[in-house]
Amino acid sequence: MKNDLRVILSLFASSSRLQRKRAYLTIAAIAWGTVAILLLLAFGQGLRLQLDKNRRSTGENIAVMWPAETAKAWKGMPPGRAIRPSMDDIAFLRERMPELKSVFGEITSGRTALAYGRKTVSGRVIGTNVVYGEARKHYPMAGGRFMAPEDEIQRRRVIFLGDELAKDLFGDEPPVGKTLQLNNTPYLVIGVMQKKTQMGMYGGPDANHAIIPITTFRAQFGRDRLNNLAIETWNPEEMKSALRKLNEILGAKYGYDPTDERALQTWDMVKSSKIMKNMLIGIQLFLGIIGALTLLIGGVGVANIMYAVVKERTREIGVKMALGAKRRWIIAPFVLEGLVYTFIGGALGIIIATLLVALTSFVPIEDNKVMAFLGRPTLSIQIGVATSMILGMIGLLAGYFPARRAASIDPASTLRYE
Amino acid sequence: MANGNGNGNGNGAIIRMSGIRKVYDTGKIMVEALTGIDLEIEKGQMVAIVGPSGSGKSTLMNLLGCLDTPTSGDYALGGQNVSGVSRDQLAEIRNRRVGFIFQNFNLLPHISALENVEMPMLFGGVPVRERHQRAGELLARVGLGDRLDHKPTELSGGQMQRVAIARALAMNPDIVLADEPTGNLDSTAGSDIMSLFTELWQQGRTMIIITHDPALARRASRVVEIRDGRIVHDQVAAA
Repeated sequence: MKNDLRVILSLFASSSRLQRKRAYLTIAAIAWGTVAILLLLAFGQGLRLQLDKNRRSTGENIAVMWPAETAKAWKGMPPGRAIRPSMDDIAFLRERMPELKSVFGEITSGRTALAYGRKTVSGRVIGTNVVYGEARKHYPMAGGRFMAPEDEIQRRRVIFLGDELAKDLFGDEPPVGKTLQLNNTPYLVIGVMQKKTQMGMYGGPDANHAIIPITTFRAQFGRDRLNNLAIETWNPEEMKSALRKLNEILGAKYGYDPTDERALQTWDMVKSSKIMKNMLIGIQLFLGIIGALTLLIGGVGVANIMYAVVKERTREIGVKMALGAKRRWIIAPFVLEGLVYTFIGGALGIIIATLLVALTSFVPIEDNKVMAFLGRPTLSIQIGVATSMILGMIGLLAGYFPARRAASIDPASTLRYE
Repeated sequence: MANGNGNGNGNGAIIRMSGIRKVYDTGKIMVEALTGIDLEIEKGQMVAIVGPSGSGKSTLMNLLGCLDTPTSGDYALGGQNVSGVSRDQLAEIRNRRVGFIFQNFNLLPHISALENVEMPMLFGGVPVRERHQRAGELLARVGLGDRLDHKPTELSGGQMQRVAIARALAMNPDIVLADEPTGNLDSTAGSDIMSLFTELWQQGRTMIIITHDPALARRASRVVEIRDGRIVHDQVAAA
């Protein structure tokens, strides 16, 4: 084996070399293919990361339920009964399901007049619990805060604004600490939400609504039936069983079949994120395949050149065979040569692609709606490994088949005359 | 060198061919290039194989040199049976037992004379330093001690053929097989090469020369004439 390696390296070193131009063209083809596959994969990766980030901006491990009507008969009661959980059910569920990270309810009032100074805008106001802020990622901009437990307990008239709603109402004025009129009742603005790109939403974008404590909402509007009930689990895997248990608890309380999916219509974000994740993997795979095909063309170029080289060196190979070269000593230097061209081309491609990806980081993403959605092309270790493996495979194959032809040369017929 | 000169059989016959036939199947027609060759060559002989073109000389040379295998018949080279062995084994036999010299030299053009001579030793697993030293000695012996680093393209025809001879001797083979060795050379260079052959023979080498050249054939101790795929004349010259 050791001797084999030495012979092969020595033969590789002493083989006649390709003409320069041919070698450059081959290497360029491989570099081009590598750039293509890397950019496509980087684009896919950026898209994936960005969509994932955008998805998470609504909340993670959350299921939101809309009270609706039963669709199945249950214990002598006909279908079509409305199920309407109330504010009390929040505390009830927290007590019965302590394993949950949080439970919150929402009561909504659409087209509510919000006035500041001479300006009045019509907005959506949601009464909800303190935990909503964390679960639904309503992070306050600097200088403000989200609701605190005291706000809810003491029914304080405080309000947290979505960033666009705040801008509509206050313009360039800092809203925190100002008092606005909600249906002619004064509310203190305690915070404004940080800007975020949101993928999934219900009722409307978070940027356009205002949040007040659920207790204050009840006092102001006199309603305590929930428009939405939501739970948050610690881990995504717990969501399925948590929903089952919730329906058993509420089903017993309100008298509906726990398997009735229409009683509480549910948006399980864990489930839909899984679907999206698979879709994104699909997209990236697709991009990867396109890239790999481009690279394959480069590989065909290498193979083509290697075939030409074999033809050119037929006599050289015949001589080596006559002198006692074994099959593997003929094959290996060719495979090595194919790999060397692929390696140089691949390395060039990786450098170029990395530079290009680095360049895209100078494109501003914040004020660009398209970029905010598509994300920034991102290279990862996995992409590098995958590309290198594809390159290696192509290099091996591009060298192997021509080498096999070389090894099948009949020395007797090549040696005699020109 | 590790390999002896193949004196596996008592009477010193280094080549033993019996009933050798070679049929080329071109798809449509079968060409019988050798129709039954029986040939024994003693160690230390200098044999010229002559015959018109198309007589089967080249085929015989390919078989003798283990570049090809016969369709039927037995061939033992240095006591080792050559029929039915794999390609790699055949390569090893060529490496250890046969030194080739070609009409068109067949040197590798992009490496030096020294590296050309080293090539068979590389395949034979000779360590680098020994390879180097031996190649240098052999080139000195054929009168090219001052041309070690020259590429074949920088050498004359006669010099190239000397490099080829040095290369043929590198593994100290059982036979030196030369195919029209003077065919591409002018008469001066040709007669130089012939003298070198005679010298090698006198040193005890077994030389087999396939040639058209009557002058070269005359120098041989034995002349084997081939016609239509069989031996028609086999004459040992008076010493």
